[in-house]
Amino acid sequence: MNDRVIVDPITRIEGHLRIEARMDGDRIAEAWSSGTMVRGIEIILRGRDPRDAWAFTQRICGVCTLVHGIASIRAVEDALKYEIPKNAQLIRNLMIGAQYVHDHVMHFYHLHALDWVDVVSALQADPQATSDLAQSISKYPKSSPGYFSDMRMKLKKFVESGQLGIFAKGYWGHPAYKLPPEANLMAFAHYLEALSWQRDVAKLHTIFGGKSPHPNFLVGGVPCPIDLNSDSAINSARLATVQNVIVQMREFVDQVYLPDTLAIAGFYKDWTTQGEGVGNFLCYGDFPEQGINDPATFLFPRGAILGRDLSTIHEVDLYAMDQVREHVAHSWYDYDGGKTVGLHPYDGETALNYDGPTPPYEHLDVEESYSWVKSPRWKGNVMEVGPLARVLMLYASGHEQTQELVNYTLQTLDVPVEALFSTLGRTAARTLESKVVADNMQTWYDNLIDNIKAGDTRTFNEVLWEPSTWPKQARGVGFTEAPRGALAHWIVIEDGKIANYQAVVPSTWNAGPRDAAGQPGPYEAALAGHRLHDPKQPVEILRTIHSFDPCIACAVHIMDPNGKELVNVKIC
Amino acid sequence: MRKHQTLGVYLHAQGVSRRAFLKFCSATASLMALPPSAAAQVAAALAAARRPSVIWLSFQECTGCTESLTRSHAPTLESLIFDAISLDYHHTLQAASGESAEAARIAAMEENEGEYLLVVDGSIPLGNPGYSTIAGMSNLDMLRETAGGAAAIIAVGTCAAFGGIPHASPNPTGAVSVSEIITDKPIVNVSGCPPIPVVITGVLAHFLTFGTLPDLDHLGRPVAFFGQNIHDRCYRRPFYERGQFAHTFDDEGARKGWCLYELGCKGPTTYNACATLKWNEGTSYPIASGHGCLGCSEPDFWDKGSFYTPISAGLWGSRETLIGAAAAGAALGVGSALAARARKKKARAAEEAES
Repeated sequence: MNDRVIVDPITRIEGHLRIEARMDGDRIAEAWSSGTMVRGIEIILRGRDPRDAWAFTQRICGVCTLVHGIASIRAVEDALKYEIPKNAQLIRNLMIGAQYVHDHVMHFYHLHALDWVDVVSALQADPQATSDLAQSISKYPKSSPGYFSDMRMKLKKFVESGQLGIFAKGYWGHPAYKLPPEANLMAFAHYLEALSWQRDVAKLHTIFGGKSPHPNFLVGGVPCPIDLNSDSAINSARLATVQNVIVQMREFVDQVYLPDTLAIAGFYKDWTTQGEGVGNFLCYGDFPEQGINDPATFLFPRGAILGRDLSTIHEVDLYAMDQVREHVAHSWYDYDGGKTVGLHPYDGETALNYDGPTPPYEHLDVEESYSWVKSPRWKGNVMEVGPLARVLMLYASGHEQTQELVNYTLQTLDVPVEALFSTLGRTAARTLESKVVADNMQTWYDNLIDNIKAGDTRTFNEVLWEPSTWPKQARGVGFTEAPRGALAHWIVIEDGKIANYQAVVPSTWNAGPRDAAGQPGPYEAALAGHRLHDPKQPVEILRTIHSFDPCIACAVHIMDPNGKELVNVKIC
Repeated sequence: MRKHQTLGVYLHAQGVSRRAFLKFCSATASLMALPPSAAAQVAAALAAARRPSVIWLSFQECTGCTESLTRSHAPTLESLIFDAISLDYHHTLQAASGESAEAARIAAMEENEGEYLLVVDGSIPLGNPGYSTIAGMSNLDMLRETAGGAAAIIAVGTCAAFGGIPHASPNPTGAVSVSEIITDKPIVNVSGCPPIPVVITGVLAHFLTFGTLPDLDHLGRPVAFFGQNIHDRCYRRPFYERGQFAHTFDDEGARKGWCLYELGCKGPTTYNACATLKWNEGTSYPIASGHGCLGCSEPDFWDKGSFYTPISAGLWGSRETLIGAAAAGAALGVGSALAARARKKKARAAEEAES
């Protein structure tokens, strides 16, 4: 096992992820991705009130804090054929949109940036030159030499204290870091600015959902009523705050996030030719104009792209039993029919079966089960989900703004369109779709105002609220495009209670282990071929893994529809 | 708790010579790619003032507590980690991964033995050590190892404080709270799912400012933030007293900000500062945005019946005396509310009779 590189914990992600890689010289021959934590939220959901499920599933993840809440209420509404008012649809769009912009900016600056930005190098920066650089790429007002001088002083004082805190043992000085000191100082300054900015823009969730993280949702609408004559409802003052947040979001994306992404990417063009992964992409679509059952009006289209072929968009059907299927060949679960079959979520079954090494352990046995993440497949194909999938789908389906943004980016970096299929392509796609979403937030806000002006203030449909009005049995799918990719919850309701609940989430698609056929998951495929300068400082692995923005608490989920033995533990 | 020492004092007490200390400072300076002349500054800074070391462990969690930490406006996260504490291990924020990350944890433990603050979010699964591991190590082992040298522990979030959602029935992984494992250290439970941002930082600020832990209630929570129930501090309380309730989510009562009791609000039995501090720089809190309180800072709130069932239906257990007392108070409130409604009805009937 001396040829094995192990990175555990992978930090600056959500959750607990471990990467093992077998080296061939200084290159990764193959890699294995392992989710190392399980809670069992779907087991916990069984027998509960479906109207409560959103609160439980929301706690699958506190980073993409509302996506599981949205998927859950949509699943219940789909099962019950429950219509929601137009205002509720628009408010949900605004909340999902705000999540995108907030989450993507934080990912870039607080989770991903330190893979590209050498904080210690920033100490060598000249404030005047940093100011010149900043002003050459953006009109963001915080760009004076004095501002950057203060930032450098702050960093200097911090480093000289000898206590490096979150920057301790970082890979500073590693030759993979290519930014000049001035770019590093600018990025450090924006790391701090983004922390402050996100506190303000999170308030959109607080206005509509009462708190952030984990805002409140409601089956049948949204919990916040609209009443322009009330001090305790969505009124003109609260709407003004929402408008203010949208402006702040758009300004930060346009003046900081987008120019920083392009500026930093210019120094790392070697990352446009590696880290591709599987070349298959899947989207469920989101941001409905006319209601969730009309995908033709979604801002983000639904579909699948296979083998990089942007000329053909394949139709995706979440109800079709032969499309989305989950496998457990290398996951710590058992299936009744054996570990080689794949099951549609309606037929899904799971029993925990940890047969990995007894902790503390050095290595996982990758020939057997090695992850708490399952392996979802679409028509048997390994699929990547997330920003790159969505941007490709928008690009392929002729979305004008996306085409302009992508072409501008490729032109600015002077790279071919194939550059999208890479670590950097994935990171850039996240930035570009942030702009698309931030700009559309203004449209949703304007539509909300127009609707209120027209006299429609309804936010909740109470017709199917009482379980006594429900059919004895119902089942449905709730889907959303979460910041990290296609997310769907499948629910089966019997006698007003949850009989079965299954979530197939973005990081399950991306972080899953090999399937029975030995096909590696997207993380695993993307790492193959990476050259590591120093296996003790695996910054190259972090770059590609972080480009997916892992959310591992999301990825691990379990359920059991038949009430049989759920936990079967064997320590070998 | 031991009085906080500077590193200089600590090393001297440990018999480390000034010469060895300066050598350490030179090494630190060169590690940071600083010029050799910086070693003296490093030495001066280290010997004079040392920010308390904080090690943050994340177990069975969703990272919502860390997200909440980032939302604190006073003190801000950036002012905390740059000026007040040394956040030496924190998965979501730290630069180093893998071996280097673990080395940072070990170094912080050794350098600050008996001095560092341990923060934990997430529950700990006892069902099987393989249910949650970090660097191949079980959560239980990592908690015990790291708690050993901690001055005190802050259990952030309902999962670390009371077991939280992994502990919800049927608790598939055997999840438990920090205090069910560590019994020989002072533990502060900062519950909430997640806790209010400024409550997390407020507890840290208390420790940094006064050098002590705050006074706690019977569940180990700071009384400053968990001493009152939400109902008593809620701006909708007068409507409860007058018997004015929202009956559904978009009716007149909902729009006018009447009491959400009938829609399942758990404010009467939930001890937290939502109604006073509010969320996200005073922007709102769940009840103010139209949804009843879920009761997220209380033990086992996931297993107290539907979030939309009024607590008077008896689904709220009375595990703790305090909660029982609160429920009794709530029942009294309902009684007076009903009486108020009856009075109004009577008055209306009288008016009609007169006309």
